[in-house]
Amino acid sequence: MKEYLLLYRMDVTTVPNRTEEQAAQVMQLWMDWIGGIAAKGQLVSRGSRLEATGRVLRSGNVVTNGPFTDIKEVLGGYSLVKAADYDEALQMAAGCPVLNMGGSVEIREQAGM
Amino acid sequence: MDQSALIPHLFRTEFGRITSVLAWRFGIAHIEVAEDIAGETFLAAMETWPYKGIPDNPTGWLYTVAANKAKNYLARDTNFQKKIAPELRRGEEAVNAQDIDLSPGNIKDSQLRMLFAICHPAIPQEAQIGLALRVLCGLGIDEIAHALLSNKETINKRLHRAKEKLRDEDIVIDLPPAAEIEQRLDTVLTTLYLLFNEGYYSETHDEMIREDLCREAIRLASLLTESEQTNIPAVNALLALMCFHASRFAARRDSEGDMVLYADQDESLWDQQLIARGVGYINAASRGERLTRYHVEAGIAYWHTIKEDTPEKWENILQLYNILLQIQYSPVAALNRTFALAKARGKEEAITEAEKLQLTTNPYYYTLLGELYADQDHAKARSYLDKALSLAVTRADRRSIRQKLDRLS
Repeated sequence: MKEYLLLYRMDVTTVPNRTEEQAAQVMQLWMDWIGGIAAKGQLVSRGSRLEATGRVLRSGNVVTNGPFTDIKEVLGGYSLVKAADYDEALQMAAGCPVLNMGGSVEIREQAGM
Repeated sequence: MDQSALIPHLFRTEFGRITSVLAWRFGIAHIEVAEDIAGETFLAAMETWPYKGIPDNPTGWLYTVAANKAKNYLARDTNFQKKIAPELRRGEEAVNAQDIDLSPGNIKDSQLRMLFAICHPAIPQEAQIGLALRVLCGLGIDEIAHALLSNKETINKRLHRAKEKLRDEDIVIDLPPAAEIEQRLDTVLTTLYLLFNEGYYSETHDEMIREDLCREAIRLASLLTESEQTNIPAVNALLALMCFHASRFAARRDSEGDMVLYADQDESLWDQQLIARGVGYINAASRGERLTRYHVEAGIAYWHTIKEDTPEKWENILQLYNILLQIQYSPVAALNRTFALAKARGKEEAITEAEKLQLTTNPYYYTLLGELYADQDHAKARSYLDKALSLAVTRADRRSIRQKLDRLS
């Protein structure tokens, strides 16, 4: 088993304002999907959702807000899973709710230190 | 209570108290001396009470005798004088009966301290359970062997090694420092949880011993809620979980002592008082930030105290299993999640998820698949249940699988 980082990206400009009920429904989709991975014993870490904004530090102590203004898809969250290979990791990612919201899942094998 | 019932009752309640107080006074290395003195105290009661009658205050009588025996032991045993007396706690010079403090406050404190000493991370888990049953619950070696489906020799060896370890590690019978309490409580709670499960899921048909284990686990966990330092949300969550489970005790066995499945239980036999107690603990557990597996499992157990099958019930259970699996994976939780999925969203979705699990050595996996296919594909259901039957280990499991096979045809 190898470990794969799943990075959820989506276009935040198209995310509709959700009612509380809609937000709960979206949450349920995520929980069902992540629960399915956990039920196979292949969830290493649920990870986290990420706020839409942040700070970027570059050399010379240059700090910017962003850099998201010019990029459509921003990183919305991440999880860590175990899988035999990329094929299996892709199969897992296939059920990710972000895909139905116009987003994508980036899958990266952990390289170790 | 008549005399024949009184002494065993007092033994169960007082043995652990006396042993804890004496062991705390003597130090962990002399835990066996403490056990012996507690045992001799009851022997004295059995010899004396039938002739002189039961004293007005039986517990007080036991405490006085135990304190005197401890005092005599300390005075008489020269070895003890040389080797142990100098190390005695609080460094007092004179050892007299007043030093053996069997006041309610010190009894409670000593039991708590002993619970932490026994549930020390250096002691193997199964030995912790055995020690707790012996030292804190006053069970005999026979009873422990019976309860843990083992034999006397194994249990004796296990306890002996554990006591050696307590000595070698020089474990102090005391509450951990405030900064460590929460972490150390994790081990204590795991042991109490396992102790409860030993009783709740035990294969033994001896109803008494099973209920005893569960009751003792609840009693020891309650002890933790009575002290401010240890009354943390996780303790209350575990207690809630235990109360909700224990509420179904009477309904779980039929007149032959065989297991009655949840769906077939007569809910009028569920203990509403215990359920109410559990709700109280759940409320106490919901302060604080940390969500433990006990919180989630207590939540699942709470929904099971409502017999009626509503979409709301199973959706809640499903979401709680989703969370539980993220905190701690176990095959049982994975299977239960899939069962909840079937109840909440229908069997088709559950079959898809079940087939991903591939728990191919687990009889419950095939039992679940058999159940999910029962309405859809009889042949498939039958072959899964046959597979389950071939993997099942316990009599009770084989019996319940056969029942499901019968229902198919």
